[in-house]
Order: sequence, then structure tokens, then C-alpha cells
Amino acid sequence: MSTPYGELLIALRPEICLVGGALAVLAVDLPKNSRSAQARLHLSVALGLLALATAYAWNLSAGVPGPLFGGVLTLDMLGQATRAGVLGLAVLTLGITAGTSRLRHPAELVAMILLATAGFTLMAVAQQLLLAFLALESASLSLYVLAGFDKTRPESAEAGLKYFLFGGVSAAFLLFGFSLIYGLTGSIELPVISAQLALTGPSPLLVVALVMILVGFGYKAAAAPFHLWAPDVYEGAPAPSAALIASASKLAGLALFVRLLWPGLGAASGNLSGAAGWLPVVAMISGASILLGNFAALAQRNVRRLLAYSAIAHAGALLLGVIAAGLIGPGALYYYALTYGLATVGAFGVIAVVERSGRCQDITDLAGLRARSPLLAGCLFVFVLSLAGIPPLAGFVGKFVVFTGALQMGGIASPAGWLAVLAIALSAVALYYYLVILKQALVVAPAKGAAPIKVPAPAALALLGAAALIVLFGVWPSLLLGLFQ
Amino acid sequence: MKSLPLLSLIVFAPWAGAVVLAFVGRHVGANANRTIALLSSFSTLALAGVALASFDPAAVGYQFTERHAWISALHVDYHLGLDGLSLLLVLLTGIISPLCLLASWRVGRCPRAFGMLFLLLQGAALGVFLALDFFHWFVFWELSLVPAFFLIKIWGGPGASRAAYQFVIYTLAGGACMLLGFAALYVATGTLNFTELAQLAAAGELAPKLATLGTFWPQVVFVGVLLGLAVKVPLFPFHTWLPPAYAEAPTGVSMFLTGVMSKMGVYGFLRILWPLFPEPLHAAAPCLLWLALGGVVLGAFAAMKQTDLKRMIAYSSINHLSYCLLALFAVAGASKPDAAAAALSGTLLQMFNHGLSAAALFACVGIIEARSGGPRGLNDFGGLRTVTPLFAGFCGIALFSSLGLPGLNGFVGEFLIFRGVFGLAPWAAGVACLGLLATALFLLTFWQRVFHGPVAAGVAAFRDLDRVEFLTLLPLVILMFLLGVLPQIVIALFNPLVTAWAANLP
Amino acid sequence: MNLLPWTIYVSFAGACLALVAGARSAAAARWTALATAVAATTLTFLAARDFVPGAGLQTLVDVPWIAGLGVSYHLAVDGISLTLLVLTGLAATAGILFSWNIEERPGEFFALFLALIGGVYGVFLSADVFLLFVFYEIAIVPKYFLIAIWGSTNREYGAMKLVLYSFAGSSLVLAGMIWAFAAGDATGFGLTELALAGARLPFPEQVAIFALLFTGFATLAGMFPLHTWAPTGHVAAPTAASMLLAGVVMKLGAYGCLRVAMPLFPDAFLYCQPVIAWLAVVGIVYAGCIALVQDDFKFVIGYSSVSHMGFVLLGLAAATPLALAGAVLQMFSHGVIAGLLFAVVGRMVYERTHTRRLADLKAMPLHRLLPFAATIFVVAGLASLGLPGFSGFPAELSILIGTWQENPLWAVVAALGIIVAGAFTLRVIQISFFGTTNLAAIAAAGDHPLPPITRAEKAGALLLISATLYVGLKPDVLLDWIVPALQSPVFQAVMKGGNP
Repeated sequence: MSTPYGELLIALRPEICLVGGALAVLAVDLPKNSRSAQARLHLSVALGLLALATAYAWNLSAGVPGPLFGGVLTLDMLGQATRAGVLGLAVLTLGITAGTSRLRHPAELVAMILLATAGFTLMAVAQQLLLAFLALESASLSLYVLAGFDKTRPESAEAGLKYFLFGGVSAAFLLFGFSLIYGLTGSIELPVISAQLALTGPSPLLVVALVMILVGFGYKAAAAPFHLWAPDVYEGAPAPSAALIASASKLAGLALFVRLLWPGLGAASGNLSGAAGWLPVVAMISGASILLGNFAALAQRNVRRLLAYSAIAHAGALLLGVIAAGLIGPGALYYYALTYGLATVGAFGVIAVVERSGRCQDITDLAGLRARSPLLAGCLFVFVLSLAGIPPLAGFVGKFVVFTGALQMGGIASPAGWLAVLAIALSAVALYYYLVILKQALVVAPAKGAAPIKVPAPAALALLGAAALIVLFGVWPSLLLGLFQ
Repeated sequence: MKSLPLLSLIVFAPWAGAVVLAFVGRHVGANANRTIALLSSFSTLALAGVALASFDPAAVGYQFTERHAWISALHVDYHLGLDGLSLLLVLLTGIISPLCLLASWRVGRCPRAFGMLFLLLQGAALGVFLALDFFHWFVFWELSLVPAFFLIKIWGGPGASRAAYQFVIYTLAGGACMLLGFAALYVATGTLNFTELAQLAAAGELAPKLATLGTFWPQVVFVGVLLGLAVKVPLFPFHTWLPPAYAEAPTGVSMFLTGVMSKMGVYGFLRILWPLFPEPLHAAAPCLLWLALGGVVLGAFAAMKQTDLKRMIAYSSINHLSYCLLALFAVAGASKPDAAAAALSGTLLQMFNHGLSAAALFACVGIIEARSGGPRGLNDFGGLRTVTPLFAGFCGIALFSSLGLPGLNGFVGEFLIFRGVFGLAPWAAGVACLGLLATALFLLTFWQRVFHGPVAAGVAAFRDLDRVEFLTLLPLVILMFLLGVLPQIVIALFNPLVTAWAANLP
Repeated sequence: MNLLPWTIYVSFAGACLALVAGARSAAAARWTALATAVAATTLTFLAARDFVPGAGLQTLVDVPWIAGLGVSYHLAVDGISLTLLVLTGLAATAGILFSWNIEERPGEFFALFLALIGGVYGVFLSADVFLLFVFYEIAIVPKYFLIAIWGSTNREYGAMKLVLYSFAGSSLVLAGMIWAFAAGDATGFGLTELALAGARLPFPEQVAIFALLFTGFATLAGMFPLHTWAPTGHVAAPTAASMLLAGVVMKLGAYGCLRVAMPLFPDAFLYCQPVIAWLAVVGIVYAGCIALVQDDFKFVIGYSSVSHMGFVLLGLAAATPLALAGAVLQMFSHGVIAGLLFAVVGRMVYERTHTRRLADLKAMPLHRLLPFAATIFVVAGLASLGLPGFSGFPAELSILIGTWQENPLWAVVAALGIIVAGAFTLRVIQISFFGTTNLAAIAAAGDHPLPPITRAEKAGALLLISATLYVGLKPDVLLDWIVPALQSPVFQAVMKGGNP
């Protein structure tokens, strides 16, 4: 049997393209002081966009669906759609970067974004523990760098370090879990693992392995109680990095997670009525995240930390989507994660633009945004309301499909049902802190001397694009949901 | 035959006048406004005259009926009709209303609004007397409160706000009880039409239908309707709103309140409670009789205690109206057709007579008040007979009419009532005599303190009646004499009706 | 008939246009908004002219929307929705006329206003529960901004409380509808599909879902004891917003109860009936009593709204044909009358005198200073206390009769509410407009005249007054739509139990 390298190359063209793009972008910074930082930024972003666009195009013609290269990769709808989504989110992040970055080495930033994206796209299609881990780590390493990229600000450094430490530990947990799984089943390929687990049934060791994996993913997804890094990173990281961490990283991570859990460890899922397995654990993490995220967000004064806690709450809902994916497939989860990503990228984009002309940490820094820039205020309105889950924006449909799936798992009497009801109930709490943001932006008068904000064209395009997509997907959810039917 | 909708015209002519005032009034002077109001108000008498001309007293049923489908979901029709009772009250309204406006001729404050509100009030009262379907009967019933409220409040005395509020709240509460009662009647029968309900009751079908509501609820329905009407008349002990309202209202409005609006309640007893609930009324009659007696006796004694002339007349109104109820309850409590006929005739006549004499008395007190510039205490005056002889004469006639002096109108009604009640419930007649005595006492005190004795300080400068005041009192005085001598011209209107009622007693 | 969906589109398009126009001038925004509202109202009237009353919903548009969940974009109309559409049109038009003096951020104001209206039209036209919910939420969010930006007293608190209550209510609805869909294996979110699914559920589960849905909707309808958002919200809101809140938005809740909660689970409804009815009558009396002792003019009106919505809920709870017809009629009636009252209090009085404290108003001879406002308020107040001749009376009478058929005791207590309503309405009329008849004060006030009532205000007031009078004198115009609609099997099931 010959190894189908040709097939592999075709399937991995997006990643190759991204890595190539990253290398090309790095070259932009090489000639010392030949051009201004602004020009280098624009050039590198243009190259990056080119790479992303090419990757996107190649993703569309990635080849025949199905397992590839001996089952290391799989090209299915989830993988393809996640790749497309991640690429789209990266485009938006680049747009924001182009409009706002004042860093001394813009090309490096863009390159890191491209490398991280390459990791994400690989995560989306990985079907083997080793590849999954590698993809995850390559993406994470890029993100650590991105979080600490603003070398002039200690907060950024702190964010980078914290993220790195937490991420490293979680990677260790994950790897340990993977190795136990390998030990139990003798394979690192998900289909084989699945088959083996179905044969052997549960064992204490399996439980340990599952716990390890869940802890690892919990860290990655910023789910309670493994969320502690998130507020600091969201607060300290440069806005584009935070946007990427909050959006594309989450989408890719969840795609990987759901693929690992259901097709891979489905046999060890246990059930929600008490049988041991990962399902009850995920349910607990989900519930904890929803509760903690929503209530802690109420107390926040810093808009970035608020978004971080909101991200934790959303992580809880996303984990609910992971649970529901067993019954209704990953469509709902994908929809939720993607639209959530759009809204978060947008929100951080707004913050990034505001930061160009001053601080944007406290919620009150957004005061009078509508007077300073109607465009930003309007976009923020859409993003925040989508996060809050107000129809007809995409955030609502996402919640709706996920909760519907969760309730279909076993009605209201099952823990999934309780979680859904809990999440719905707490969405009213969530509305409060989202409205607090909007109140500052739209209701309160601007502070004295606050100048109008000029929105750079690339950022404006990115924000408008994100807002338009949120509305589009909200009004016409079948565009995404239909992919998975 | 598509004839002239005479009754609608009667009801809506005053309202049309109000609309004219609303649009034309602001462009013309105060006197023009007053004239428009007076003429519009006069339309009732004119149209009632037309009705009288073609009215057939011998026919017992409703005449000039108009009926059009209105609200299909509630089976409500726009249904107007006129019988002897209604005609009597329409005539009374037609006589009293223009006189009220005349008595208010001197009202300086915004005569246009006064006229509009008064015409609204008049139209509403007429609507009550002519409507035969609960729905719009109640519309008129409640609608009459609104102009009355504002007339009392804005043009009334110093305590008018409170009095008006109390008046409206009492009546509104009564109205809510009644509304509830009719809601239940509708539930039981599916109609709100008085004639249909009365037919059901006459056929003995209403009680069984009401019984379907439950064991306890038919009584509630009866009590609800009773309360609504009792507050309006008022029946003792629901009368407490009346003295302040009458006393604080401006003269013309007091005249209308006592002359016409108090009759709305008695009318309701005759038109609604009695035909619809013969048996509960029969059962409750002994009890109600005591309440009516309470009104007769305590009303009179309370009047004796008053030092404010207007409050005195107000209490005397309670006393006089309680005679009507006394007779009615006596009739309901026993079944003796001939005594019943007398008592009922007396009731109807008393309504008419009280309207005339009480209105005249309020007009007189108003005149005194206008002269004195505010004070109207029993002891503030004296010797007016020599200062203002013409006024003293008119007022004396009104007082004696109210007292029931033979030869004046009051006597005939009270006599018929006492004759009837004596035949039905002799003890009640006996107790009521007490009230009669007290009435005589306080009215004579009024006469003596105000018109006799030494001329009090400040009274000497009083003018006698001027032309407007003279015109106000004259028709009333003439009618008092006329009806004292020839009561049959009124009795003829409703005699067949009363005979029929008495004959059909359960 | 197919004009009706355009009310939604026209309103949303108008919202965008107003936003653009507002950037140019306030007048442009106003006229755009007015033109939009009038256009939508005209569309409703044109559609009403051709409307053939009948049992059941008449589908206007039905296209699949979210295939996987069986959600379709399904708009339909029956007599009940048509009544409320007419109300929406009237309230919107009047609201814009009463906002004619908005100078601060006019484009945004009218855009939010029209977006709210568009959502309301959408709710009344939806025959798919998902769609209904979407429009329902669209109507909630603009309220926050309308109140928080253009409101008065304690506006941010009032706005937040109102929106959070509404949203909490709608969360319950969301939970209920998803539960019904998921547990009952429904094929879609259409009213009929969900009803079928609901019928398949065990009875206790039906009761639980019904409780969620009904409570959720009833929160917005101001059901006791979940009504506390209403007075504070009303007081904080700018005039037009409080008109819409009381006039239309509270009706969304009642409409949701009637259109969604009750027909979906008729048996559960009948099981919960006594509880709902008692809450409704307690609300009627309680809110009335509270209104009696307020010293802020707008609070009186706010509580009176709660009291009157209690009648709507009572009518729904009694669920006899007359009671339901009365409830719908009361929705219309209260919508118009409450709008009028808020217009007088908020726009005509408050914006001229800058006080709403009854004690302050008492010292002003307002009936001389603002005779037009006084007249309108008296008429509206009387209409509000259920005086015959206005639309409130046939509505309350029908509700009372219908309620009596179900349980006389409820009717008795509700009648008590009528008395209380009379008391507080008269009290407030008395104190606010006729507080002083002191001639010296009147003469003194003549030196400091308040700005006269503008033509826009007069037009708005007359529009609403004529609506309540017309319906009061000829309730058949609406009842002829409502009564046949109640003949449909779903409502028959609500009245008698059992599934259609």
C-alpha cells in the first residue's frame, strides 16, 4: 500500500498556503527600516489576506470527503466548515489589525496570526490524537506569542506569561490523557479508539484519562473552573490577539473537542442520568461556567474582563452544544461557535479602534461612543446584542438551536434540560451586563474633551462585515445550519 | 312606517345644543350662550308636548318605540320607549331644566361650559327615562354623573370638591354593583332588554333562570341592583352623599339634582327592580320598609337640626323621596290591588310634585344666598316678608307645597301615599306620620325664622325678585296651584298604567 | 389581505429611513416617521376593508425558514390580530404626533420607535411561535433605549428594570416553547404543530410548560405580582414610549397568552384557570388601590394600566366566549385610552409644567391654563374608568358577564376594581386639573401662560378619542371580527377543554 502523499498535499493545501503566507510576511520586516511601520503593516496584512483567501479557496476544493492519509485527517462537513469559519474569523482579525496596530513589528504579528490559523485549520480536520495535539499546540504557541506581543505594556507580558503557563499545564494534562487512552486502546486513531472502547467498556483508568482530557480542554475553552487565565489575558493582550483567542481559537477547539468526544470517545460518554463517563463531567463544567460566567460578569467594570466572563458563560453554553451534538450533530454547535466568534471579534475590534484614540479598559471608556463614532456604536450594538442573544441576530438562533438540542436529549427532566433552562434563565441576567455596555455606548454622553474617533477603512470594513454576517446568519440561519443536514 | 324618531330627538336635542355651544359659543357673548343653552333645554318640553299630543294614556305598553340592532355580541339593541311613567318624568325634566338654567342666569364664570355641561346632564337624564335596554340605560345613567360632577365641583361652594367626589364615588360604586347584577342577569337570560326581562319575570321564568347561577347568587344579583338604585335615590342609610352634594352645588344644579336626578333612582325602582325581581322584593319588603321609614323620619328630624337652609332642604328631599319608596315597598310587601293603586299613584305624583317644590325651594334658597352674598344660615335672616314681599310669597307657597298643605300639589301625592300605605301596612303609615310632623315643624321654622320676626341686620337692603328670578319661580308656583286643584291632569297620564300594575301584582 | 405583511416591512424600512433622515434634520425624521406610521395604518385599514371574518387564521405568507427545526416564516391574520393591528397603527401614529417636539437625537428616537412598532406588527401577524418570539424580542430591546435616552425620572433604573423583566418573561417563554418542541417531538414551531406536540405530553408536563409560557407572557402583560416593572417603566419613559408600552407592548403579553399559551395547552390552562383568575382580580384591585395613594401623576396612570390589564387577564382566564371577546376588546380599548392618558400626563402637562407631583399640580389652575389638556384628560379618564359610551365599557361589561358565567366571585371582586378605578381616576382628575379654583391664582397664572397645545398634540389626541368613542358606540366594528375568530377549534378547545 503506497502512502497517498498526493492526496495529503491536496487536502493540506490551505495549511501549506497559510504557512507559506506566514513566511512571506515575515520577510516584510526583514529589510531594516526600509519602510515605515504603517506601510509594512499594510503590506503584511495584504499578504496575509491573500494567503487566507487562497486557503479559503483551496479549502472549498479540498478533495473527496472522508478519512484521509490512513485516517489521520478527515474531510467532513464539520472540518471543512470549521476551516472556512476559522479563515473568515482570521480575515476579520487581520482587518482589525490593519486598522489599529501601532506595534513595531507588524509583520511578525500578522505572521503569528497566520500560523495560529494554520494550527486552527489543522485542528478542524484532525482525526488522530497525535495530530490533534500537534495542531493544538502549534496554534497555542502562536497564541501565547500573540497575547504577549505588545512588548511595551507589562499587562500584555503578564497576559502572555499567564496564558503560556496555564496553556502549558493544560497541554500536559491533555497529553497525559491522550497517552492513557492510547494505553487503554492501543491506538491514537479515533475510529479505532471508539471501536476498542465499545469492546472493553468503562474502566477506572479510562475515567482518569477522560478527566485529564476534560481538564485540558476546560483550560483551552476557558470553562469554569479552569477559566482563571481568561480575564487577565483578555484584559492584557492586544485587542486583535484577544479577538483571535476568543473567536477562532474557540471555534477550532470546539470542533476538535466535539470530534474527539463523540466519534472518538462516544462509547465512554456515559449518560446524564449518572452512568460514569465524560458526559456528566462536561455537563457539570458547562453548568459551572454558565453560572460563574454570568454572575461574575455582573461585577465587572472593565469591558475586556466583562467580555472574558461573558466568554466563560458562552463556553458553558457551547459545552451544552457539545453535549447536544451527540443527538443533533455538530451543526448547532458550529453555528453557535462561529456566530459567537463573529460577535467577539467585532467587539474586540471596536475596542481596538477606540484604543487608537485613548484608553479602552473601563466600560466608562466607551461613554458616548455614539457621538464619537456612530459607526462603532452601531456595530457594537449589533455585536453585543448578538452576544446577548437577541433576535433576529445570529446569537439568538445559536442559543436557540443549542438549547433545543439539549432539551431534545431527554426533555426537561434530564440534566441537559436543566442546563438549558438554567442557561435560558441566566440569559436575562446576561442581558443586564450587556446593556450596561450599550448604555455607556449609546445612552451616556461622551466625556468632556473626548474627540471623535476616526475609523480606519480596513477596520471599518471588518466590523461592518462582521455585523452584516451576524445579521445575515441570524435572519437566514439555514445558510449555516443547512450545511449539516 | 318610518316615522320621526321622536324619543331620540328628545334625548339628543339637549346634546345637540351642547355641541352648538361648543362650536358657536366661543364666538358669541355670555348672554347669547345662556340663551342658546336655555332654548336647547326648552326643546325637551316642546318635544314632550308633541309626544303628549299623540300619547295614548289608555295604552299600557310603550309608545313611540324605536329599536335598532346595536351590539350583536351582547344582543344589545338601541331601544327607546315611552309610557306614562316615562312621559311624566320627561315632562318634569322639560319643566325643571329651563328653570334651572334661568336660576343660573347670573352664573358669571364660563357660562358656555356651564351650559354645555348642563345640557349634557339633561340629555343623560332623559336617556335614562327613555332607554329600554340596560346597556344604553346604563350609559346614560353613568354619563349623567360626569357633568354633575363638574357642575358641582367647578361652580359649587367651598366644600364642593369633596362633595362632588363623594357623590360620584357613591353613585359609581352603586353603579358597579348594578353592573355586576346585570352581568349576572345576562348570564342567566342572555338579554339585557328591560322589556324582555320583565316579560320573563312576569311569566315566572326569570327566577328559575337566575336559580341556575347557584344557590346564593340570585340574592347577590338582587342586592346588587338594589344597591345601585338605592344609592341614587337615596335610600336610608345610603344617603350620606346627598346633603353635601346638594348643599355645595350651585343653585341651578341643586334644582336639577333634586328635581330630576333623584327621580332617576325611583324610576329605576319602578322600571327595573320591581318588574324584574317581584319575589325577592316581596321577601325583602319588610326590611326595606323600615329603611324607607328611616329615611322619612330621620330625614325629617335631621332637617330639623340643620342650620344651613340648603342642607335643610336637602334632608327634606331625603324625607320626601322616602315617601315614594315607602309606598313602593309597601306595595311590594302586600298584595291588595286597590290600596296598591292608590299608593302607586301617590308615588308617581309625589315624584312629580317633589320635583316642582324641591326645585322651587332650592331656587328660593339660591335667591337668598345671592342676596346675602354667601351666608344662608337659618338664623342669619329675619323679617324678609316685609322687605321682599313677592319673594316671601313665592317661597311660602313652595314651603307649604312641600309641607303638603291641602290645595297645593304636595298634598295630593302624600295623601294618596298615606292612603295606600295605610291599607297595606298600617303601622308603617303610623310611624311615617312622625316624619310628617317633623317636616311641618322644620318647614315652619324655616318660614318663621327667615321671613318673620324683626328685620335682621343687612337684610333690609335686599332687593325683591328681579325679572329672571320671577320667571324662574312663577311657572313652578303656577303648577303647584294647578296640580293642587287639578291633580287629575297628571294622574290621567299614568292612571291606566298604575291600574294595570296594581292588577298584576304577584 | 396581502397588504398586511407590508406593515412590518414598511415599519422597519421607515426605521432605517428615519435614522438617515435624522442625520439631516429633526423635521425630516419626524415626517418620515409619521409617513411610515400612517402608511402602515393605512395598509391595515385597507386590509381590514377586505377582511372576511371567520374562524381560524388566514395565512398571508408561509415559506420555510429554518428547515431543520421546522420553523417557517408564517404570517397569518384573524379577527383578533386584526383588531390589535388596528390598535398598533393608531397608537403608533398618535405616539409620533406626541413626539413631535423631540429635538434630541430625533433620528435614533424615531428609528427605535418604528423598530418597536415593526416588531409589534410582527408579533400580531405571526402564526409560527418561533417567528412570534423573534418579533417579540425585537419589540423589547428598543424600549430600553427609548427610556434610557429620552426618559425622565430615574430613567436608567426604570429602563433596566423594564427590559430585564420583559426579557426574563421572554426567557420563560423561550424555555417553554423549546421544551414543548423537544419533549413533544414536534415537527415544527407552527402553532398547530406545537399544539399537536403539546397534546402528546403527559399532563403534568403540559401544566409545567403552560405555566412557563403563560407566566412569561403575562409578565409583559403586567400580571400581578410580576407587574412591578410597569409603573416604574412607564414613569421613566418618554411620552411616546409610555404610550406604546401601555398601549401596545403590554398587549403583546396578553396576546401571547391568548394566541400561544392557552391554545397550545388547553387542558393545562383549564387546570390553572383559578390561579390565573385570582391573580388577575387581585391585580385589578391591588393596583387600583395603589394608584389611589400615588402622588406622582404618572404613577397613577401606570398603576391604572396594571389594573386595567388585570381585566384583560381576567377575561382570558374566564375563557368564556364573551369573556375572551371582552378581553380582546379591552386590549384595544386600554391601548387607546392609556395612550391618551400618558399623552396628556407626559406630553401636555409634564413638558409644560415640568412637574408631575400632584401636590404641585394642585396649586396650578391647569383647567384654565391648559383647557384642551383638561378636556382630553377628563374624557380619557372617564373612558378609563369604564364609563359607558367609551370603548372600555362594552369591554368590561363583556368581561364581567363572561367571568360571571365561569365564577361569580371573580366578577364580584373585579367589580370592586371598577369602583376603585372610579375613585383614583376622579381623584387624579380632581387634583391635577381642577386643584385650585382660587380665582386669584387663576389670575396670577394668566401672567405666565404655559406654551399652548400644539397642532400635532391636538391631532393625536383627537385621533385616539375618536377611536375610543367610535368603538364605544359601535363595538360591533371590532366584535364582528373578534367573535368569529373565537369560533375556531383552537379557541373552542380553550373554552371547553380537550384538544382540537
